[in-house]
Amino acid sequence: MSAVVPLSALLDARQVWRGRAHEVSVGDQPTGWCALDAVLPAGGWPEASLSEILLPVDGVGELRLVLPTLARLTQGQRNVVIVSPPYAPCVAGWRQQGVDMRRVEFVDAGEKDVLWATEQCLRSGSCAAVLAWPHHADDRALRRLQVAAVTGQALAFVFRDRSHLSNASPAALRLELEAPPRPQIWVRKCRGGAVPAQAIPLPRSVH
Amino acid sequence: MLWLCIYLPSLALDGILRRRSTDDPLVLIDGPVNARTIVSANEAARAAGLHVGQRLSAAQALLSQFEAIPYDRESVERWLRFLAAVAYRYSSEVSLLPHAIVLEVSKSMGLFGPWPRLESMLRADFTDLGFRHRMAAAPTAHAAHVLTTVSDGQAVLSVDTLRNALQRVPIAKSRLPANAIAALPSMGIRTVGQVLALPRDGLRRRFGAELLAALDRLTGDLPSGLELYRPPDTFDLRIELLHEVENQSALIFPVRRMVDDLAAYLAGRDGGVQRFLLRLEHREGRFTDVQVGLLASERDGALLFEFARGRLEHVTLPEPVLALRLIARDLPAFVPAGRDLFDERPANALPIEQVRERLRARLGDGAVYRLGSTQDPRPERAQREAAHDEVPIEPHPRPTWLLPRPIPLRGGNPIILAGPERLETGWWDGGEVCRDYYVIETSLGQEAWAFCVPDEQTGWMIHGWFA
Repeated sequence: MSAVVPLSALLDARQVWRGRAHEVSVGDQPTGWCALDAVLPAGGWPEASLSEILLPVDGVGELRLVLPTLARLTQGQRNVVIVSPPYAPCVAGWRQQGVDMRRVEFVDAGEKDVLWATEQCLRSGSCAAVLAWPHHADDRALRRLQVAAVTGQALAFVFRDRSHLSNASPAALRLELEAPPRPQIWVRKCRGGAVPAQAIPLPRSVH
Repeated sequence: MLWLCIYLPSLALDGILRRRSTDDPLVLIDGPVNARTIVSANEAARAAGLHVGQRLSAAQALLSQFEAIPYDRESVERWLRFLAAVAYRYSSEVSLLPHAIVLEVSKSMGLFGPWPRLESMLRADFTDLGFRHRMAAAPTAHAAHVLTTVSDGQAVLSVDTLRNALQRVPIAKSRLPANAIAALPSMGIRTVGQVLALPRDGLRRRFGAELLAALDRLTGDLPSGLELYRPPDTFDLRIELLHEVENQSALIFPVRRMVDDLAAYLAGRDGGVQRFLLRLEHREGRFTDVQVGLLASERDGALLFEFARGRLEHVTLPEPVLALRLIARDLPAFVPAGRDLFDERPANALPIEQVRERLRARLGDGAVYRLGSTQDPRPERAQREAAHDEVPIEPHPRPTWLLPRPIPLRGGNPIILAGPERLETGWWDGGEVCRDYYVIETSLGQEAWAFCVPDEQTGWMIHGWFA
C-alpha cells in the first residue's frame, strides 16, 4: 500500500494541472465591447442564436451596442439585414461606426410580415446577422427565429419593449438596456453561464 | 455527322393535355361542321372506344361525357418552334421537319456524353414538358426522320450501316414523294432497299428527279438542304384556358407550366430573364398585366414560378380570365453566381440575391433596398437608395437614427455636447438650408442631433438620435 500523499505536496510539486477559473476566452462573435465580452459565457454573442435586446424606449443605445458587430461583419464581406427599423438609419452615422453600407439590406415589412421576413433571411444561410423590430412576437415566434438562426448559422437580434422581460423567452441571450441618465446593460439571461450580478456601463457615443 | 430526330406525333393533343389537371376523356375534332371527325384522342377517350377517324356523332353515341376541342393547326407549328428552342440547348444546328425536330449531335456528344446518355437527357426534357416523342439517330437528317417512323430509339451511327438500316423500311413509311409512295407498291416494290437497288435512270424517267433527290438526301449523297432554326429573341407564349377562371388559385397550375416553359427556353439559349409580363386576358380584349421584375437575371423554373406566384397573389381579378400570355423581352445573359471554395456559409445557403427576390415577391418591389451616401451635405438628401457615390466618411458627429422630418424639442433646456456645425447650402436648387447642428442631451438623458437658427441656440429641432 502506498503512502497517503498530501494534496498540497502534489500541488507544490506542480504535478497536478489546475484549471484556472478566470480565463477570459475571446469568442468567435465578439460584441466589440470588452466589458460585455468579459461577462458573456461565449465571450461574445452566442453563435447562431437569437439575442433579445429589451429597451425602455427607442434610441437609448441599442445601435451603439450592435454597430461594432455589424461593422466587423460587413467589413468581412458578410451580409446583414435590417428588418423594419423604427426610424430611418442615418447612413453617415453608420459609416462613422465602420459599417460597410453596401452589405446592409433594409427590408420594409408590414407588421404581419416582419417575423416572416426575418425568418427567411435567417434561414437562407447567406446573412451573417439579422436585426428585427417585431411588434407582436410571442414565445412561439421567437422559438421559430431561434431555430432559423441555427439553421442558417446567423446571429439574430430582436429589439423589443422592456415590458416583455417578465415573459419567458427562448433567446440564448437577453440584454436589458437602461435609459439615461445611467445608460447601462443588464444581462438578464445567458445560456451556458451564470447571469452577472452587475450591470455593464454603456459609454456615450459622443464624448 | 450524326443527326438526331425527335418525332412528335401528337403535338396538338399534348399541347392541350399538358395544361389540363384532369384525365377526363378528350378528343380533338376537325373537318366541316356537318362531318366532324376525331383527329386525336387521349387515353381515357380511347379506352372508352373513341378512335381517330371516327365521326363526332358516332363518338357521342358511344360516350355521353367527353370534351371535344377543335384541332388547332397553328398550335402544332407553335409547339414545334417552342420545342426546337428547347432542343437548341443540345446543338447549334437544329432544323424543323413536319412534326419533327432534327439536330446535329456529333459534336454535342463530346459535351453531353455518348449517345445513350444524350438520348436519355433529351427524353427526360421532352417527357418533363409533357410531349410524347420518338427518337432515332442516323448520319443524315432525313434518314433519322424515316427511322423514327419505323421504330423508337434506333441509332445508326455510321454511314456503312445506314443502307442496311434503310433496307427493311416499308415504302409507305419512307417519306418519299407522294406519287412514288402511291405507285411503287403496285410495282411489287415494298421496301426502301428495293428502291435503292433499282437503276437510277429508270427511276428518273418514271418519277422525275424529285424521287432521286429524296433518295440521295436519305443516303447522304446530297446535303439535307434544311434551313437552320434560329431561336427567337423574345419569348411569347399564350395559352387559352379550357374554362373561364374566376379564382386565382386555378391559375397557379397553368402559370407553373408556362414558367417552366420559359425556363426550358432560357436553358436552351443559355440566357436568363430579368423581367417578364404575365398577361391575364379577359373578355373583349380587356386584360390585366402582372409585371414580374427581378433584380438579376434568373433562369431556374422553380424560382421564377415562386416570384410570379408572389406577384399574382396580390392581384385581384376584375373579371374571369380566358387566356394567359407570358411575354419576356428582357433576356440578358445569365451569369451564375460564383462561390468561393472556402466559403464559410452553410452548403445549402440560398444566395442573398434570391433572398432579396423572395422578400420582394411578397413585400413589394420597393421593400428591399440598400442605402448609400450622396455628395449632398443636407441630411435629408445625404443618403439615397442604391447610391454609390464614393463619399469620404463625415468628420462631424452624425446620429444613427435619422428622423424623416425634424421635430421640435420638448422639455427643459438641453445640454450641448458638441457643435455647432453650420450647414449653409442648397441655395441653388430651392432647398436652401441654413442651420447650426449640435449634439445635445435632452432633459431625459437621450442624445440627440438637433439644429437651430444660426447663432441662436433656441427653438431646437431634433433631427436624429444617437441610439
